[in-house]
Amino acid sequence: MAITHAHASGMGGMRGAGDLVARVQMSKGMRTWEAKQYVADKLGVAVAELTDPVIMTEVREDMNIGQITPLPGCAKGIEAKFNIQKALDIQINCVDRFRKRAAI
Amino acid sequence: MAKIFSRYGDGTPLELDEKELMEELHAGTEDAADRAKVSTLTDDDLKHLYEILASPYKFVSVEPGKEVLLTYDAGTLKIRRVGVNVDRIQALQIYEKIMGADTMELCHVDYSYKPLKPIVTMEQPILEQALLSTHIPLFYGAMPNLGLYSQPDGPFPNPAELLPNGKIKEARESLEQTVEEAVRDIVFAGSAMYESGADGINLDSVGAAGDADFLASLMATKKLKEKYPDICIEIGMAGEFILGMHGELEFEGTRLAGLYAHDQVRLAAQAGATIFGPVVNTNTTETSAWNLARAITFMKACGEVAEIPIHPNMGMGVGAVPVNDHPPIDSVSRASAAMTSLVRLDGL
Repeated sequence: MAITHAHASGMGGMRGAGDLVARVQMSKGMRTWEAKQYVADKLGVAVAELTDPVIMTEVREDMNIGQITPLPGCAKGIEAKFNIQKALDIQINCVDRFRKRAAI
Repeated sequence: MAKIFSRYGDGTPLELDEKELMEELHAGTEDAADRAKVSTLTDDDLKHLYEILASPYKFVSVEPGKEVLLTYDAGTLKIRRVGVNVDRIQALQIYEKIMGADTMELCHVDYSYKPLKPIVTMEQPILEQALLSTHIPLFYGAMPNLGLYSQPDGPFPNPAELLPNGKIKEARESLEQTVEEAVRDIVFAGSAMYESGADGINLDSVGAAGDADFLASLMATKKLKEKYPDICIEIGMAGEFILGMHGELEFEGTRLAGLYAHDQVRLAAQAGATIFGPVVNTNTTETSAWNLARAITFMKACGEVAEIPIHPNMGMGVGAVPVNDHPPIDSVSRASAAMTSLVRLDGL
């Protein structure tokens, strides 16, 4: 059922920019259509491209913000979330706490 | 007249002709409008719904560009429920990398805030480790579940035993006491998980035990928001209206009993929730067409007044998704596409 919704109506998560749009909604309280525009502007893509896995894989690779198939040396997990925070100019709770705990 | 494949609310297949399908849609929207005192769907809405339901294809989707966000309740629990033997961090990774999830939720199998309290220090390191290796936003979630606070599971007299004996005052006092305890537990566990780095806290199945359950969730949300102004809180409902188990409970001057989604969302926003998850129950003996028109009527009214993002619940047994452990793709995709295209919503 989760897969059915993901294909019928979802943004595709990391296959596109679903996780990024969700982060903006969660941290800034934006409606989805506003959050999509915000993310598209920050990534330099069109709103329609946010769910295109081919385009978004290139964008995610270029910006080092995490991708479905992790290449050697690319940012993964919390490393990618540091880059997401910077790229989207949003607060990410675990990144802030990582920075504090690691005394960075 | 051509026959159209459809289903009942429990997933049982049936066939309808064109006239019958349209009659089901009209009956569904009229039922919702009558109950919630909201507008019925327009002729254009019904025509759009008809086209989705009459599609000969097995799978239906929204148009490109109209996709929405997906949040999940009881996230990691569902992997274990189907007998897949992976731990919870692996379950999160499966959703993230394989199932196209935009967000995900970490949760415990005993999915209520009360039992979390004594084990929260065991839950925190799991979340902290999960946050190191995942990318998508992670909620930590559980249910307020006020039923756990009355005897024999909890300390207070059971309102369900008091009410049939005419002890209304005693039942109300008991419910008021459970609210205080539940708020304490939700704020305690929610604070701990937020301080471990959770991207959001999910209060799931809110209102399952009636108006006291809803009140406890609103009060806990308000307290968490005051404590952590940047916290993201999702309030996901249990049913389509608030059961008046107490009957007189209010949140900031609004009586809670009997409220439907379009009124619930106002209170969720007032309490400080970031996302609201309204619910419409699926009726197993009515058709998918009836259920879908009915669900969309409730949700459309909610979407029109919502000032915060809404993610209508579309899991098994709600949002016109059949009450079945294995909801058919034809029904789920039609419900998903119709809800997303006709309601001013943000996610599912």
